[in-house]
Amino acid sequence: MLSALLVMAAIAIVLGALLGFAAIKFRVEGNPLVDKIDAILPQTQCGQCSYPGCKPYATAIAAGEADINRCPPGGEEGIQKLADLLGVEFKPFGNETAAPKPKSVAIIDENTCIGCTLCIQACPVDAISGAAKQMHTIIAQECTGCELCIAPCPVDCISMIVIEEKITNWKWKYPTFPLVPA
Amino acid sequence: MTKLYSFHGGVHPPSNKSQSTRTPIALAALPGKLVIPFHQHVGNIAKPLVKKGDRVLKGQLIGAPEDAVSSAIHASTSGTIAEIGMQIVAHASGLPDLCVTLIPDGKDEWINHQGMDYRSADESDIRLALRMAGVVGLGGAVFPSDLKLRVGKRKIKTLILNGAECEPYISCDDMLMRERAEEIVRGAEVIRHVLDAEQVLIGIEDNKPQAIAAMQRAASTSHDKMEVITIPTIYPGGGAKQLIRVLTGIEVAAGVRSTEKGVQCFNVATAQSVYRAVQFGEPLLSRIVTVAGNVTHPQNFEALIGTPLNELLALAGVLPDTDHYIMGGPMMGVVLPGATVSVVKSTNCVIAASDNLFPPPPAAMPCIRCTRCADVCPAELQPQDLYWFAKAKEFGKAQEYNLFDCIECGACSYVCPSHIPLVQYYRFAKSEIWARESEKNAADSARERFEFRSHRIEREKQERAEKLAVKEKAALAAKQPVVADMTQAAAPAADTNRITPDPIQEKIQAAIDRAKLQAVMVNPRNTVQLTAQQQAEIAEIEARRARIREHAQSEVEHHPKE
Repeated sequence: MLSALLVMAAIAIVLGALLGFAAIKFRVEGNPLVDKIDAILPQTQCGQCSYPGCKPYATAIAAGEADINRCPPGGEEGIQKLADLLGVEFKPFGNETAAPKPKSVAIIDENTCIGCTLCIQACPVDAISGAAKQMHTIIAQECTGCELCIAPCPVDCISMIVIEEKITNWKWKYPTFPLVPA
Repeated sequence: MTKLYSFHGGVHPPSNKSQSTRTPIALAALPGKLVIPFHQHVGNIAKPLVKKGDRVLKGQLIGAPEDAVSSAIHASTSGTIAEIGMQIVAHASGLPDLCVTLIPDGKDEWINHQGMDYRSADESDIRLALRMAGVVGLGGAVFPSDLKLRVGKRKIKTLILNGAECEPYISCDDMLMRERAEEIVRGAEVIRHVLDAEQVLIGIEDNKPQAIAAMQRAASTSHDKMEVITIPTIYPGGGAKQLIRVLTGIEVAAGVRSTEKGVQCFNVATAQSVYRAVQFGEPLLSRIVTVAGNVTHPQNFEALIGTPLNELLALAGVLPDTDHYIMGGPMMGVVLPGATVSVVKSTNCVIAASDNLFPPPPAAMPCIRCTRCADVCPAELQPQDLYWFAKAKEFGKAQEYNLFDCIECGACSYVCPSHIPLVQYYRFAKSEIWARESEKNAADSARERFEFRSHRIEREKQERAEKLAVKEKAALAAKQPVVADMTQAAAPAADTNRITPDPIQEKIQAAIDRAKLQAVMVNPRNTVQLTAQQQAEIAEIEARRARIREHAQSEVEHHPKE
């Protein structure tokens, strides 16, 4: 009777130690779901979702605090992907978020720029180069089109231009065929 | 006779090549203007080196290669640069691209150029020469040839020259082999030398007996181990992987490069331009273009790069009912935005098309899963599945089914009993996947930059806080001089570290002091050192002012609240 108890206790201790060790060894840093959601978000860091960046929005979605339809730059496709990932119903854009816009980049009118650095401070991805009292310019490849630089500019010298279709970014279109009356 | 292998599938469309091979290659007349795009190759667009109004010589470099994957662009003849700007180019999109417009002066004056002895030259020099000569794959892929010659430590056993030319209507390689076999063989020797290949196999389809004979004659003069192999005519036998399979039996698997299997493949026209570039230092300025289809005299022209297509079409006698133009063959070619675009390095063939010649396909019917497409697919894919995935925009699934192994040969569309334009779906899916990939990369880089910025702001905040803490401590120490003196006496070294004010703060203080001193030094200049006359004037003015003031006062007193 005693030996059986001892054996059971020993097994429990060994298994417990194993489990404890595994819990430390294979510990997952942070919530993996947040990273998965963050990977779907377009990383414009524009704050149109009312969160200060894509990661905070992803955290809020993972915590169930935010809806999946608050990211206009991600488009309906983004909502679809989030719905698939989280196993919830697709939800169209509501009234509280802006409508999705075509992808664009900001451009500084360099004749008007006074070099105040306010836009540099606003840019979430460091895509504006310049210094105090020097002309600023936008690094177009790094610009996410978040529009956060437009409001702070005191001389309104920043405008958004829609990215044009060029040979380098041209895509074959989905095959469509005109209906011909028989 | 070498043992030949076969690849899966393939079709036998009517070849329609004999019409354009009746007459020798004609030299196209010098056109009134040349429009030369800066992007005629796989990789980065060449950087313009000329400006409007410049006079250029034939063979002069006008576009320099940018970064590793790129190629050079040259003036095809001597003349004046009339314009550098966006113009519609020979591309399926019909969109404009950066081009130079060159008005020939008719002198066709060459720039100084000289060849090299490739046998004694360094391999990297040969590659650089080809890069600067703008030599790219002329089979249609326009991949820079110098990069194909960079194989690193991999041992290349076999060099394959592709003279199969399987696509209907196209006969430019056929005519080139008939007329310039010698140059092709010399070019093959250069390539073989650089690759250090053991043997050269030249694959030509059996519907080109004259080209085979000419190439055999030329190959027999070579000291290299070179063999011309006649392969059966089957479309797409000219695909690189297909030709490698037929000639060597080697199966190049998905995602594997042929060089890993010890084989490298070049088009015959590319070999010829390699020869011209290495032997004479001549850049790639012209190519053979087949003009066929709805024309009275279908034939091959040697046309300068940049020649407007309508000039070539006029030479071939284009018929009035032509309504669109196809660049490439009827199987893989793309519909051009018009005949005003110019010949580029990938223009192997231009087909004038009309509804008579190519009747519009009947309306596409639903897929009945007959799998005839799978039977003919040379890449051994399942085209019907890929079609479903592309149609439903399930791109991940399409990739899983090896969409990117599809060579867009069009054999599947050719046999489809429902007339589904399958290749259009694959092209759509491929470009969507590429676009998503680049979007994903952009998002990843944005995330990285955002995170770095947040981290930097946090760090700066911390640094400021630390600085402030040091300053406060210093201020506290200054307030208690006794304590400070004591510490100074006890540990002068530690003290200097702790109490010495920030150099920036010192500078600011010094600037403030300077400004104060300046303010004290400055005298109101027009009120000191006055002459007696000026003092008298001032006194008079003051007296007048006093009188007026007095007068005004008395006025108010005499007429109160009027």
